[in-house]
Amino acid sequence: MQKRLFLSSLAVAAALCSTSAMSQDKFKIGLILPMTGPFASTGKQIEAAVKLYMAQNGDMVAGKKVELIVKDDTSAPDVTKRIAQELVVNEKVSVLAGFGLTPLALATAPIATQSKTPLVVMAAATSSITEASPFIVRTSFTLPQAAVGLADWAPKNNIKKVVSLVSDYGPGIDAEKFFKDRFTFNGGQVVETLRVPMRNPDFAPFLQKVRDAKPDAVYVFVPSGAGAALMKQFAERGLDKAGIRLIGTGDVTDDDILNAMGDVALGVTTSHHYSASHNSPLNKKFVDAFTKANAGLRPNFMAVGGYDGMRVIYEAAKASKGAGGQVLLDAMKGQVFESPRGPMFIDAQTRDVVHNIYIRKVERVGGQLYNQEFETIKDVKDPGKSR
Amino acid sequence: MLTILFDGIAYGMLLFILAVGLSVTMGLMNFINLAHGAFAMAGGYLTVVLMQRFGVPFLICLPLAFLATGFVGAIMERSLYRPMYAKPHLDQVLFSIGLAFMSVSAIDYFMGSQQQIMQLPEMLKGRTELWDGALGMGHYRLFIIAICAALTLALQYVLAKTTFGSRLRASVDDSRVAAGLGINVNSVFAITFAVGSGLAGLGGALGAEVLGLDPTFPLKFMVYFLIVVAVGGTSSITGPLLAALLLGIADVAGKYYVPKLGAFIVYSLMLLILLWRPQGLFVRKGGH
Amino acid sequence: MRSNSHQHLQASLLRPSRLKWTEFLFWGLVFLAPWVVPGHALMVNEMAIVALFALSLDLVLGYAGIVSLGHAAFLGFGAYSAALFAKHIMPDPLVGLCFAMATTSCLGALCALTILRGSDLTRLMVTLGMALILLELANKLDWLTGGSDGLQGVLMGPLLGRFEFDLMGQTAATYSLTILLASFVFVRHWVHSPLGATVKAVRDNRLRAMAIGINVNARLAVVYVAAASLAGAAGALMAQTTGFASLDVFALDRSADVMLMLVIGGVGWLYGGVLGAVAFKLMHDVIAGITPQYWTFWIGLFLVVLVLVGRERLLKPWTWWRS
Repeated sequence: MQKRLFLSSLAVAAALCSTSAMSQDKFKIGLILPMTGPFASTGKQIEAAVKLYMAQNGDMVAGKKVELIVKDDTSAPDVTKRIAQELVVNEKVSVLAGFGLTPLALATAPIATQSKTPLVVMAAATSSITEASPFIVRTSFTLPQAAVGLADWAPKNNIKKVVSLVSDYGPGIDAEKFFKDRFTFNGGQVVETLRVPMRNPDFAPFLQKVRDAKPDAVYVFVPSGAGAALMKQFAERGLDKAGIRLIGTGDVTDDDILNAMGDVALGVTTSHHYSASHNSPLNKKFVDAFTKANAGLRPNFMAVGGYDGMRVIYEAAKASKGAGGQVLLDAMKGQVFESPRGPMFIDAQTRDVVHNIYIRKVERVGGQLYNQEFETIKDVKDPGKSR
Repeated sequence: MLTILFDGIAYGMLLFILAVGLSVTMGLMNFINLAHGAFAMAGGYLTVVLMQRFGVPFLICLPLAFLATGFVGAIMERSLYRPMYAKPHLDQVLFSIGLAFMSVSAIDYFMGSQQQIMQLPEMLKGRTELWDGALGMGHYRLFIIAICAALTLALQYVLAKTTFGSRLRASVDDSRVAAGLGINVNSVFAITFAVGSGLAGLGGALGAEVLGLDPTFPLKFMVYFLIVVAVGGTSSITGPLLAALLLGIADVAGKYYVPKLGAFIVYSLMLLILLWRPQGLFVRKGGH
Repeated sequence: MRSNSHQHLQASLLRPSRLKWTEFLFWGLVFLAPWVVPGHALMVNEMAIVALFALSLDLVLGYAGIVSLGHAAFLGFGAYSAALFAKHIMPDPLVGLCFAMATTSCLGALCALTILRGSDLTRLMVTLGMALILLELANKLDWLTGGSDGLQGVLMGPLLGRFEFDLMGQTAATYSLTILLASFVFVRHWVHSPLGATVKAVRDNRLRAMAIGINVNARLAVVYVAAASLAGAAGALMAQTTGFASLDVFALDRSADVMLMLVIGGVGWLYGGVLGAVAFKLMHDVIAGITPQYWTFWIGLFLVVLVLVGRERLLKPWTWWRS
């Protein structure tokens, strides 16, 4: 036992003595993503989009070489925080990026404030995140933005009575609240609000309840990837035959898996900020390059959040001439540009994203399923901000 | 209501098929195999690959999933699991968790992390409504119940009426004495493990439509399998069957009637049952 | 003659409880680490917390023989207690730590009632069930716990009134290490005490222990409560040093990970938890740095090889091909 202990002490000492070399002429970006666990598909999409941006725009900015450090946080907030701290202290990154879920971003917010490092949120979608630190900038979207668009569209299309069905976590609760408030304001009625547990979602009993309530439509929010199961259960329960329409935010018809859902998804109307079939030359170029570089994988709204996030970082770095801190942050605020999703800008006051929200319907185009945009609501600001 | 009962039964029977292999393995070999879910996942992914890349019809995929996973199970039993029987429980837990990790990561690498979607044959889609909607039966769930019921009857028959069944029961009760009587306990172990894994694979293939299929499947559902085994006991197959049905119905009914509590109900129920009957609900006296 | 062998016997029985110079060396190095390699202070902090957690599980698993897959229940309870205490009552870390340990001991006493009966599997499931129920509760009571967003706004006051929790993490690391060492010394002393000996007797052969008049249930309950309070301390440290508490602190992964660490290091040998924690965390970090997406594969492979080859032989590669 003694020998074991002695050897172990040496091992510990040796292991802790490894240091990382630092170099001043590099612009380091710390990308923290859920690469394993239930949200791994989000991490994959964002990483692919980020690498695509770098491949298209080179790895030099303002005379410095861009170094991308990718870390997996396994969706555990204390790990995210520790990784962020290490990246800031050891690697001296100029910007932190990624953040697949709300608690991960919220946990890291104090680090951004304390170390004055800009933090670009590429995926998480709860309104309150940008208020957690003055150094947070978001390029993904917020659930209230998407929900409100639909709450305006629905009453004009014969949908008066709705049951809302959301996943029981931050973004889901946001989606439910903002839809309900706006829909009721527009004269509609939300007869029941159901929340599905995040882990092991079996939608069957919840959809049965929806069916029994006999609404005009069921409004849905589930995290990216869970839409398939919901769609199938929806058809299996016979809800479509009972005349109940499926509406929701675009997460339910996630481009990542939409095509595999099959005909059961046809006609589903959603509101979201990005569709892979968005009709613009920039988007076509983006989708083509992405699918080519990733074995036919279609980019989804997570990918576009990563792509635009890199754009914001690169342009800000150019404007700040490679410096970090407050200067870099200021260069991020107020950026106006064309993204594969459409025109967008980073609000200088709230540091949140302002973009178009589209109402889309799932249709078959050229043999594949796409979310076809048919109505645009321009320049939607996040209605969830308290200030 | 009746529809909820129906759904609960379907879910419960599916869980039973998935977990029965684990239950028998634990009772027979006294081996805690936390990688059981990996066999189920393998069956599911095999079916998806066969259907999507090779166009094999769904109904043919089911027996293929059973045979293929059973075969893999037999090989693994002989090579990897056998040296582990004598080791302490903790080492077994470590070993099987390691296997589970490896399988999760490997599937992630080869198949990607997104949910896999299965396209069922037309005749299994659709729904029958009886008594003016009071009982709605999805055809696929009906199919699941039918297959699982048939399998249960078959298992019960094998266990009660065949020579192999009596050898198996003897080995479960006391493997040393069984060996002393001349029963080839090793081959009983091997066959049982193979069949158990095969059933898990079949369950995975059947369940992919209802439970979802992604690389984290083994870890997500392991808890449910363990609940079935703990509540049902490891000395029979009717125990896990009833436990699985109870679990399925409680879960579905709970989520329908009291959605605020949801998963709470299942865990609390399990806790109460285990506190009341620590050996499991349906244990024969004298089993271990 | 007789006195000689009597002294021999006494010496050999007392040997494990004597402090060795290697132990001093080990702890000395460990405490120096956050100052010598400041870039890794955060990692040291995390290792210290997990090591304390593993140590508490060792009490339960290695010394009382209770198989628990729900030890994270205490970790989480301690974390939320400390976080809520700091947020609503007072931000002093040490008082918060004592508070968290007290509340978690109460929870441990409650849970001790449930683990006394049944087989290994039953206890496994009961402990697991408790952890999952607490997880659901924390999710439902989101007005108190922040739900799935986690509990934020936990601002810790300076330690002992003087040392702020800085960005480098050195204060945090030294704080966690001190608590770890204090707990370790306490447990070590206890294990070699008469009470510890009776618990080991219960672990080894319950029937025989009952036969000689040891009150098995009382012993197990005491051990369980002590382990719970240590796990609660680990949780409190986690919440205090990260300024955050979230639901996954109750998750099955935490309980499973800590069990893995303990088994890697060796059960029933107090350093097992500490070394297992260090080894596991280091491996995770290094491998995840190389392959952020598929690191679980390599960890899984390591576990399988470890068990097949055996811990002792793993450290001596030349014995692999012997038998």
